[in-house]
Amino acid sequence: MAAPPRHATMQSISNGGIAPGIDKPQTQQTQQAQLSQQSPGLRVPSNRKTIYDRHLNRSRNTELSRASFAFLFGEMVTYAQRRVTGIQDLEKRLNEQGYPLGLRLLDLLFYRSTSTSSSALSSSSTSSSPPNRPLRIITLLHLIHGPLWRLLFGRAADALEHSVSPDTPNEYMITDNDPMVNTYISAPRDMSMLNCAAYVAGIIEGVCDGCGFETKVSAHNQPTELWPSRTVFLVRFGDPVMEREKVLERAGVK
Amino acid sequence: MAVPAYRGTNNLQSLRTPNTSRATLWRSKQPQFDSSHNLPEYLEAYQSASPPLASPVTLGVFSLIIINKAGGLIYQREFQAGLRNLSTNDYLVLAGTFHGVHAITRSITPKIPISQPAPFPATSSTGTTVPAASGYSYPNPGVPVSGLDYLETDKFRMTCFQTLTGTKFLLFTDPLTGHVDTIIQKIYELYADYVMKNPFYQIEMPVRCEAFDRHLGAWLRGRT
Repeated sequence: MAAPPRHATMQSISNGGIAPGIDKPQTQQTQQAQLSQQSPGLRVPSNRKTIYDRHLNRSRNTELSRASFAFLFGEMVTYAQRRVTGIQDLEKRLNEQGYPLGLRLLDLLFYRSTSTSSSALSSSSTSSSPPNRPLRIITLLHLIHGPLWRLLFGRAADALEHSVSPDTPNEYMITDNDPMVNTYISAPRDMSMLNCAAYVAGIIEGVCDGCGFETKVSAHNQPTELWPSRTVFLVRFGDPVMEREKVLERAGVK
Repeated sequence: MAVPAYRGTNNLQSLRTPNTSRATLWRSKQPQFDSSHNLPEYLEAYQSASPPLASPVTLGVFSLIIINKAGGLIYQREFQAGLRNLSTNDYLVLAGTFHGVHAITRSITPKIPISQPAPFPATSSTGTTVPAASGYSYPNPGVPVSGLDYLETDKFRMTCFQTLTGTKFLLFTDPLTGHVDTIIQKIYELYADYVMKNPFYQIEMPVRCEAFDRHLGAWLRGRT
C-alpha cells in the first residue's frame, strides 16, 4: 500500500522544515522577530510571547467557534474541489488534507493523555514514563474512538464494530451519528455519494500510520431516519499489520 | 400558495412602510393622529380578535420565498397542503415583480417638512430645489428607509424581511399568526447556517440544500 512511503515523506518534510530554524544562531532569530514585528505579515505580541512559548496544555479545554470552523472547512472543500475529476478524487484530496493533521495530532494526544495521569505538568521532555503507544489493533481503535474523538469533537464516537464477514477480518468500523464537519454541508444530488468526512478519515489514517499501523480509511454515508448524516468510517488494516497482530496475540502482548 | 396573493389585491387593507408608522416624530408633529394608539386601527381589530398570546401561536405559515439581490427567485417552498399551485414561471414573475414593487415603495416613503424658523425667503425665489430637499426629511432619520414591510389582507399576511446584503425573505402567513418577526429571524438564522456555510452552494443561485429543507421543515413543524 501507499501509506508507509507517504508517512516517510511526511516525516522528512517536517524535518526539513524545522532544520533551518535550529541551525540559525540566536541573534539572528531575535533580529527576525524584530523584523516581523515591523512587517504587517506576522504579528508578534508586545511581550514577545508567541504561540510557541505557551504551554501545550493551555488551550486544552478551550473551545473554538463552530461557525468559523464551518467557514474554514467549507473553503477547504471548495479548494479541494478545484480540478478534480470525480467524487473519489475529491475524497482522496480531503483525505490527504487530513492525513498530516493526524500524524501531528498523535503526539499532542499522547502528551495530553500522559500529563493527566502523571503530574508532569512542568516539562514534557523529562516526563518519567513514556506514553503508552498502542500495540494491538483493539487498543488503537479504542484510542481513536475515545480520546482522539474527544480531542477533536468533544465527545466519543458512537460505535466501534468489527466486520462480521470471515473474508474481511481486517475491517473495522467506527460510526459517528452526526459528524461535526458535515453539520452544515449538504452535497448536491448528483454527488450524493460524497461524504466530506473523508477529511476525518484522513485524520484517522494519519493517527494509525503514526502508530505504525498501515491502514486505509474511508468515510461512507449510512443515513438513518433519526440521523440523516450518519457516517461510518471503514478502517482497513494492511496484511503486515494482521500478521503482526497474530504474532502479538500468540505472544500474549496486550 | 399565492392564491390570496393575487386574489387579495382587491381587498387590500393596508400598505405600510415602517418608517411612517414607527416614527414617533411623525405622530408628535401631527396631532390629528391619535397618539395614544400604538397600533393602527386594523391591527387592533386583529389583536382583539386573536386569542391571547400566551404561547407563540403559529396558526399557519403558508409559504416562503427567498429573492436574491438581483430580483431572482432562489427558493420557494410551501408548508401547507391545499394551496393553489403556481407554475415555476409564475413564481419567477412574482419574485421579479415584488422586487420592483419593493424598490418603488422604498422611494415613495413619505417625507415630512422640517419646521424651520423660516428665515430664508430668498432661496425659494431662485427656483432651485435646494429648499425642498433640505426642508424635508424622513419621519425617523435614524431608521434607514426599508420599503414595503408587510402587506395584509383578510386572507393572509405577507411579511418581507430584507437582509443587509439585499436578500429578501417573503413569508406568507395567516393574518392571525403572531410572532412573525421571530419566525423570520429563525429562518434567516437557518439560511445563514445551512445555506451560506455549505461549500456546494453558489452564491445568488437557487438554494438546493437538503439540510436547510430538513431543518426548516422540522423547526416549523415543531412550532405548530
